[in-house]
Amino acid sequence: MTKPPLKTRRKLTIVDYICFGLVGAIIAYAIYRVSDVLVYNWNWSRVFNFVLYYDEESSSYVPNLLLLGIATTLRLAFWATIVAATIGLIMGYMRTSKNLAMRMISRCYVELVRNIPPVVFIFIFYFFLSGQLMPVIGLDDLDKNGTFVSSGIFYILFGDPKLFSNFVAGALCLALFEGAYITEIVRAGIQSIQKGQWEAARAVGLSRLNVLRDIIFPQAIRKILPPLAGQFITLIKDSAIVSLISIQELTFLATEVASTTTKVFETWIIVGAMYFILCYSFAATFSHLEKRALRARR
Amino acid sequence: MSNLSTTDRKIDPDILISFQGVNKWFDHFQALKDINLSVKQGERVVVCGPSGSGKSTMIRCVNQLENHQQGTIHVCGREVYSNMKQLEQVRREVGMVFQSFNLFPHMSILQNVTLAPMRNGKISSAEASEIAMHYLERVQIADQADKFPSQLSGGQQQRVAIARALAMKPRVMLFDEPTSALDPEMINEVLDVMGELASDGMTMMVVTHEMGFARKVADRVVFMDEGRIEENCSKEDFFTGGRGERAEAFLSKILQH
Ligand SMILES: Nc1ncnc2c1ncn2[C@@H]1O[C@H](COP(=O)(O)OP(=O)(O)OP(=O)(O)O)[C@@H](O)[C@H]1O
Ligand SMILES: [Mg+2]
Repeated sequence: MTKPPLKTRRKLTIVDYICFGLVGAIIAYAIYRVSDVLVYNWNWSRVFNFVLYYDEESSSYVPNLLLLGIATTLRLAFWATIVAATIGLIMGYMRTSKNLAMRMISRCYVELVRNIPPVVFIFIFYFFLSGQLMPVIGLDDLDKNGTFVSSGIFYILFGDPKLFSNFVAGALCLALFEGAYITEIVRAGIQSIQKGQWEAARAVGLSRLNVLRDIIFPQAIRKILPPLAGQFITLIKDSAIVSLISIQELTFLATEVASTTTKVFETWIIVGAMYFILCYSFAATFSHLEKRALRARR
Repeated sequence: MSNLSTTDRKIDPDILISFQGVNKWFDHFQALKDINLSVKQGERVVVCGPSGSGKSTMIRCVNQLENHQQGTIHVCGREVYSNMKQLEQVRREVGMVFQSFNLFPHMSILQNVTLAPMRNGKISSAEASEIAMHYLERVQIADQADKFPSQLSGGQQQRVAIARALAMKPRVMLFDEPTSALDPEMINEVLDVMGELASDGMTMMVVTHEMGFARKVADRVVFMDEGRIEENCSKEDFFTGGRGERAEAFLSKILQH
């Protein structure tokens, strides 16, 4: 038996050294500019206090604005993803429908979202939602003292009841926006299923709904999940734009923290790091799960 | 309303499939030209002809995987057209086997076969499994029931596809070049299963170039060319020379090998 050749050890070539050297030099120069040329008083601990602060009375660390903000960001991303996936599933199916009206509606939706800047889209929908829709469904007069509303579970799921209608509007805006991208992911997933699968399913007399439920969606979902996970991470990042409609998520609160402390650099660097850690850990988890699922299927 | 589903013409209940003046176009290309054909209960019809002559299109019109634009097609006494509910009924009476098997890759062999009886017949999964195992045994593949399609050879997959179609207890079976995608050594295992099916009295419409199979099993041979039925005669007539020029040319081409 011949053995497979040993993996050759990866060696750093001269090109790598040059690249590392260049990057190092740029960083060193940036640090020099900031510390020597720029007259700036770094004060990290003031901003850190807005992540966690030490409460003298209970003598423990308590999460402050920025941590609460990232919790809101997560809640937003969670609900927006659920709604967006629902929209995307329906619209994505409509994109592949034989029915012209269905195709046109879903196509218009996708093109509308893709060709308007996100901020403008959010503004339009926010003022429509908060001005017209919310009063109609009566979210504004939510009973703040109901047993469920004042319970801990409600807080974990939706945050502060006082901001509930504001939260819902933000989540819906995001969902409508991201739904268009999920629509395209779902469409591609459905279209990647071979024609023969539709034909075989129809030929045994399955109803239209059963063809989709038993044959098409289960196969499409496997292809859709990885890009959907990526879209979830994109959504976390995109959620920063709802700060513009005063949803109190991480970016919105960071603006407040930056202006009260006047520590602009520190605030945004810390906030950037928080987003990075959040998104990167999701990405790592998803790719781990994907690899495991691939191995399990063999 | 119910008499909308049958035409005024009295239809012989023994005729399971009948085409009357069927024309079909793909955009501006006419794929079927004035097709008239009927298949009686228990009859085995082999359809042959050169590539692109419309064999697949014709057989796929029976269960409306393709829609025709002119003429009428009756299956088991019902006219087929794009009314979904009625079409689903027709499709349950008609089993179809494809060239590329088209098994459902995300389901086990057993699930592939039980799916339609469970969904359409609203029977329990235990009952469906019993039916499925019966047909899997009949195509001699019961021992693979828990595997997935990708773990089976082409010949085995095609036999599962036959069992899947049979599990709906159809009155007619359609085969569209069932052995064309198979390696040569697997062709016979599939043809044998089809031969058994024929000897059990199943009504069959088979598109194939396997002339040995046609000789053995067919009652009638239909020869198509350029969207038209050029010959429609008994097997004896077809193979003993009572055939036209084009069929002659076609046969000599495929029998050379
Ligand atoms: N979906 C389609 N759209 C457009 N043209 C089509 C379509 N399906 C078939 N055709 C055309 O219709 C004609 C008949 O096709 P069909 O598949 O019925 O031929 P066939 O006799 O089954 O040939 P083969 O032996 O190659 O399977 C061909 O010319 C083909 O190009
Ligand atoms: Mg064909």
